[in-house]
Amino acid sequence: MTKPDSEWTWKELPEGTVMLEPGNADQYRTGDWKTLKPVLNKALCIHCGLCYIFCPDMSYSLDSEGYFIVDLFYCKGCGICAKECPTGAITMVAETEEK
Amino acid sequence: MGKRIGMEVSLAAAEAVKQAKVDVISAYPITPQTHIVEHLSEIVANGEMDAEFFCVESEHSALSVCLGSEATGARSFTCTSSQGLALMSEITYIASALRLPIVMIIANRALSGPISIWNDHSDVMSIRDCGWIQYFAENGQDVYDHVFIAYRLAENRSVLLPVIINLDGFTLSHVIEPIEFIEQEKIDQFLPPYQPVHRLHPDRPVSMGGIALPSIFTETKKAHEVAIRSSMSKILDTWKAFGEMTGRYYHPIETYKTEDAETLIVIMGSYAETASVAVDLMREEGRSVGLAKIRLWRPFPFEDFKKATLHAKQLVVIDRAISMGGPGGPVASEVKAALYGEPMHPAVYNYAAGLGGRDVSPADFIKMVDKAEIEIEEGNREGFEIYGVRE
Amino acid sequence: MTENLNVYAVRTLTQKEYFSPGHRACQGCAEALALRLVCKALGRNIVIASATGCMEVVSTPIPFTAWRVPWFHVAFENAAAVASGIESGLKVLMRKGRISSKKIVTLALAGDGGTADIGLQALSGALERGHNFTYICTDNEAYMNTGIQRSSSTPFGAATTTSPAGKVQMGQVTWKKNMPAIAAAHNIPYVATACPSYPIDLIQKVKKAASIEGPGYIQILSVCPTGWRSAPELSIKLGRLAVETGIFPLYEVENGKYHLSLDFPRLKPIKEYIKLQGRFRHLTDTMIEEIEKRVHKEYEELKEKAKKGV
Repeated sequence: MTKPDSEWTWKELPEGTVMLEPGNADQYRTGDWKTLKPVLNKALCIHCGLCYIFCPDMSYSLDSEGYFIVDLFYCKGCGICAKECPTGAITMVAETEEK
Repeated sequence: MGKRIGMEVSLAAAEAVKQAKVDVISAYPITPQTHIVEHLSEIVANGEMDAEFFCVESEHSALSVCLGSEATGARSFTCTSSQGLALMSEITYIASALRLPIVMIIANRALSGPISIWNDHSDVMSIRDCGWIQYFAENGQDVYDHVFIAYRLAENRSVLLPVIINLDGFTLSHVIEPIEFIEQEKIDQFLPPYQPVHRLHPDRPVSMGGIALPSIFTETKKAHEVAIRSSMSKILDTWKAFGEMTGRYYHPIETYKTEDAETLIVIMGSYAETASVAVDLMREEGRSVGLAKIRLWRPFPFEDFKKATLHAKQLVVIDRAISMGGPGGPVASEVKAALYGEPMHPAVYNYAAGLGGRDVSPADFIKMVDKAEIEIEEGNREGFEIYGVRE
Repeated sequence: MTENLNVYAVRTLTQKEYFSPGHRACQGCAEALALRLVCKALGRNIVIASATGCMEVVSTPIPFTAWRVPWFHVAFENAAAVASGIESGLKVLMRKGRISSKKIVTLALAGDGGTADIGLQALSGALERGHNFTYICTDNEAYMNTGIQRSSSTPFGAATTTSPAGKVQMGQVTWKKNMPAIAAAHNIPYVATACPSYPIDLIQKVKKAASIEGPGYIQILSVCPTGWRSAPELSIKLGRLAVETGIFPLYEVENGKYHLSLDFPRLKPIKEYIKLQGRFRHLTDTMIEEIEKRVHKEYEELKEKAKKGV
């Protein structure tokens, strides 16, 4: 786990403050941003992958059954997937607090 | 002992870049640096050097190109003056913060306005705080030697800071001086190929140049500050190694007849040689005068400076630039800062002389010392004046 | 129609992501999507020189980076110059045997501000020198990162914070600078326009540009919901409409020869595109007519060029 910026001491910084862990941004939970989340109706899904390819946050990935499933850790709730789904299989619903 | 050839200093600088086996040279012409890039382009066009040499469309791009190539691990070089330096100044701060060991020669020329193509130090003074190691050469041999010294120092893994070599435009860049060339085998041993700590290459992807939030920015500056201050020991080591190879030893402050001197002239750059002639003339008259030459400008050699000058009664600091609306000349203000903590220190009289290429002869130096001594005698212990203004 | 044919082709693309999630772009940012697709096109053997801008800031807040490929940011106006340096550095290191020879694509990334305005000089120089690199301008039609100020790529009539819809002047008073034409005027081997709403087309064009010796320039329309005042879920639809109305035609210029990537028997009325964006909310019917006339004129000129093979 990369320490947040406020915890680094000057001695720990690599020369030139170069960042040595490629893609460590993936530790950051952009999923906190959303107010709406996508919900998939598998019956309507034709496995086209448009939700996957149009997601600006790389939140979709293929599961073992061939469905593209969203990772709510990253999903910002923009609604592009729901809008672009050719069969209307995805609906945006309001986020509720997880108990 | 290598070959000794009479050569224009600019051309010798270009020859040094060739011998240093620089990989990438980006060039944009500006008087009085032009002879350096012209000769380099000839060298490359004649196949005497295997390097990527290209002319870019501005100095800002010239330095930006060097950052790109240095970051991949290629030894990179550029040179400029005056307005070109001002244009690329934004990038100089970035180059040092990114710890990229570029070497840049600046043929010092006055900053506009008004526009002038002649020599003074106002250009490099404008980037005083940019975080590069900065050196002022005094003569042609100095310039030639320092290209190798600079790369070896810059690329040292515990330094990794870019280096500026200042040479006075026209008055040093365009004169023919005897240069002792060093054999290539010796240079190759002194200066092995560059081994970067971090480089841009897909095998180990890194991200350079991210945005620093307030919570981390201060730490990045501290790291840089520590790096430049602690480079002093490596600077001294590199000079020592160079001295062992060639017999020419360099120091942060070089002194001429200072040991028993009451009055010391303090100056940077090639006008120091003229000042030494003036010192000799004054000594012939029995005056107690000496010369302290500041060679290393950044990191400022506080200890060496104090050692060389504290015993004197007065210092006549001759600046080649003015800090407008400020404390006179930049060198004098740093000298005073260096002396401030000492319970006893010499008086400092400050001149700005040789602005925009105006000649300063030995007679002028003598006049400056004369007047300074009188002013200090009369109680003016912190005067500043522009020398030679026609009222 | 073309989209339907592309629907299943998406599955043939690489699953690898060299631009990671967790970046701080806004919801629905089509520019982030554009970069994601560019990375899919090029894979891991690239070095990126990025200008200052939205993508630079959202992808690399120290100590986090969304880049799984080498990436370098220096300043705002010099992406092309830094890329020139990277390309030359890699070239000479391979020639001298200091690194192993293999194909590494040098990629310059900049926004419309960093390309058409402050970065134009460096771009022109790099194109003229003929470096082997690909320059991608992600065009969201304003200086978005600094708060939606106009650039020379802002379309006529668009409201930005420095070209607001006021009582006397209503939005941007000049027409969008034609950057692809400027790039093509440098006689480089490849120029193209692309849009993430057409992902396969975009990926193919990026691959082509990277495979060609010499400079390649691609302008990618990047819908910005924040700056365009549009709903985030419409970012793909708006990109599509920009193409279908002829406002942002998709084409290539290969060694000076124009090819349209997509042509339509009839262009959609621009009102369909404009009404979905708050930045055009103030446009009068006269202004819309004026814009549509010009869009159609330029589209016809483009078709003429493509027909002539010129």
